[in-house]
Amino acid sequence: MEFWLPIIYVAIMGLALLIYVVLDGYDLGVGLLLPAADEWEKDIMIASIGPFWDANETWIVLGVGVLLIAFPMAHGAILTALYIPVTLMLMGLILRGVAFDLRVKAGDHRKQLWNRAFFLGSLVAAVSQGWMLGAYVTGLRGDLTSHLFALLIGLTLPAFYLLLGSTWLLMKTEGALFDKALRWARWSVLPTGLGLLAVSVATPIASGAIAAKWFTLPNFIGLLPIPVSCLVLYAGIVWLLRRDNWLREGYSWVIFVAIVLICLMASLGLAYSIYPDIIIGEMTIWEASASVSSLLFTLVGIVITLPAILFYTIYVYRVFRGKATELSYD
Amino acid sequence: MEFDAFVLARMQFAANITFHILFPSISIGLAWVLFYFRARFTLSGDRAWEYAYYFWVKVFALTFAMGVVSGITMSFQFGTNWPGFMERAGNVAGPLLGYEVLTAFFLEASFLGIMLFGKDRVSNRMHLIASFLVAFGTLLSAFWILSLNSWMQTPSGFSMENGRVMVDSWWAVIFNPSFPYRFIHMTLASFLTTAFLITGVSAWRRRKKVDGPATWNVMKTGIVIAAVLAPVQILVGDIHGLNTLEHQPAKIAAMEAIWETEKGASFTVFGLPDEESRETRFALKIPYAASWILTHELDGEVRGLSEFVDHPPVGWVFWSFRVMLAVGSLMLLVSWWAAWHVWRDRAPGPALLWALSWMTFSGWVAVVAGWYVTEIGRQPWVVDGVLRTADVVADHASATLTGTLLGYVALYVFLLMAYIGALRYLASKPAASLVIKQQPIVSQQQGTEGAH
Repeated sequence: MEFWLPIIYVAIMGLALLIYVVLDGYDLGVGLLLPAADEWEKDIMIASIGPFWDANETWIVLGVGVLLIAFPMAHGAILTALYIPVTLMLMGLILRGVAFDLRVKAGDHRKQLWNRAFFLGSLVAAVSQGWMLGAYVTGLRGDLTSHLFALLIGLTLPAFYLLLGSTWLLMKTEGALFDKALRWARWSVLPTGLGLLAVSVATPIASGAIAAKWFTLPNFIGLLPIPVSCLVLYAGIVWLLRRDNWLREGYSWVIFVAIVLICLMASLGLAYSIYPDIIIGEMTIWEASASVSSLLFTLVGIVITLPAILFYTIYVYRVFRGKATELSYD
Repeated sequence: MEFDAFVLARMQFAANITFHILFPSISIGLAWVLFYFRARFTLSGDRAWEYAYYFWVKVFALTFAMGVVSGITMSFQFGTNWPGFMERAGNVAGPLLGYEVLTAFFLEASFLGIMLFGKDRVSNRMHLIASFLVAFGTLLSAFWILSLNSWMQTPSGFSMENGRVMVDSWWAVIFNPSFPYRFIHMTLASFLTTAFLITGVSAWRRRKKVDGPATWNVMKTGIVIAAVLAPVQILVGDIHGLNTLEHQPAKIAAMEAIWETEKGASFTVFGLPDEESRETRFALKIPYAASWILTHELDGEVRGLSEFVDHPPVGWVFWSFRVMLAVGSLMLLVSWWAAWHVWRDRAPGPALLWALSWMTFSGWVAVVAGWYVTEIGRQPWVVDGVLRTADVVADHASATLTGTLLGYVALYVFLLMAYIGALRYLASKPAASLVIKQQPIVSQQQGTEGAH
């Protein structure tokens, strides 16, 4: 138990954060695209994420919650070290979250202001999340290399969210907005690819511990499927984005799935690179872990509620399936 | 007071939690009120209830969003500012917070989407169920977080091992001595806050002559809730106080500014507690009242602050308590005055409408004051008698903390203004019920395609 529980929890935490990056990723991406759309399109774009964003955001609360439940020793150390990006991200999420409601409830003369707040909040949240990830992967060192690396991910993640967001819009919109979304997707696919490539190259440079793990045999061969499958998926995405008619027939979800798979592969790579540490080079998951009694008590709840959560999440997505229409509170 | 990192971290947490609690204190009660409106419409078919629902669900969505985003801030701040708390009490705090996320947050957030936007996509019954699940989720959320808060006030069911809290009995942790009282007190507070909010806004609409047939329904609902719950809350508050006297006597001594242990202690209505000279200046006292309230005996003994090595800052606790009592009493008076009109089936006059609209946010004042009593009253402990607040704080530079504190405060002031502004804007629009009433239901559904 003492051996397995931390592993189970780190897996649950990884899953929650992966789901968060995909789900809140697409709605933050839509937020980033907002300035490029006209007034009417903005309403549709926000309507396409309106029923989901709240639950999407809850996954990060679960992710950080599991960190807190299972690894209280690391929770404090990680979040203290990430104090500034975390604070900025929170402010961004606050601004974005309230803008959802206030842009339609504070009166038409304020709508412009709240649309800007929506964009700004999404941007700040996305960049800070990249910054946090970058700082975390380099072991929370706070030196120049790790700052540069954090900056690189801080730029890559928003690009990735842009691609996710525009692909989401391909699935949820039609007509002129669909055409725009297609342009946005084609435009964002290159920076996303370059960013991911740069991050892959920079990771072993920024972290000696990770370089040691990657470039030894047989690890190197074992890990090879990850970059190879990412390359294939990426090429597939680029190719599919050229097939206008096919996308118009409603197959844009294939691209979304491909992006999710890239995300999954990257997470597996990351998980492999970090395991069994919770703070690279400082603390293992066992050293950081809470007591067995506390972990078991919560695990019972997770085993019961997580399937239920997944079930009704899917239910909600089914209820709001299809193209988005303008949402009205009336 | 010196503004060192510790004070700044506490101010930051206080700012966040003060801002945060405003919204749950509405959304818990309002979720159930909305469920009631929805159920009344389903049962009676009276459109007025549906309009009431659609007006207030907009307010609910906004309130809920404010609560969610400020709540996420809280969950991160445990780690960013108070890492020692999680390292040492994480075995209790982690699972309780975890259960809140797992059982409540996802439930509320997922079904809120259906509640807000799903009425054309799900059956009427499913919509009603979604409203119920959201309301149920708010209560579950309150259950877990108040359980944790109460455990910090009256810890039980644990032992210490190497400076870390180890749980012996989850039952004793969750249902710790002050939890049932605090849970009921806070839930009632939320219903009262909601009751005065909906009554106040409706009264305001009536004064501005933008009310509709639903407005009076809403007002009556709010008045009845307030008139019934205000006295109940006073009673529950009293019982809660006795529980505090048993487990946290220092807090009670600070609330009453009783410096020395005495029999037949008097209740200080007004005064300026001075911790340096250890006396209350300009005190206006009611003889024997404190003893009577706390021990239900005129010459009962009340322990004074001098008996405790550690006690909370007296002025803050003393004054917050009096603000809460004053607002509570005002709530009782106004709600009974209004209830008399409902009882007699009389339209409220201008004076009553004026009073009710001024009481719109009275719940906020009472809730925040009440939380200050209980939270500042727990100091200098973060977990009463177990962990000191000063021992769990993170080591950040004062400049960093000042910067982020100013950022948060600016953001919160701005958002609070935006929230009240939006509420005012929604309330000042002529009642939708008057406009839509003539249209058949079908055209409304078709209208969602192109309508703005």
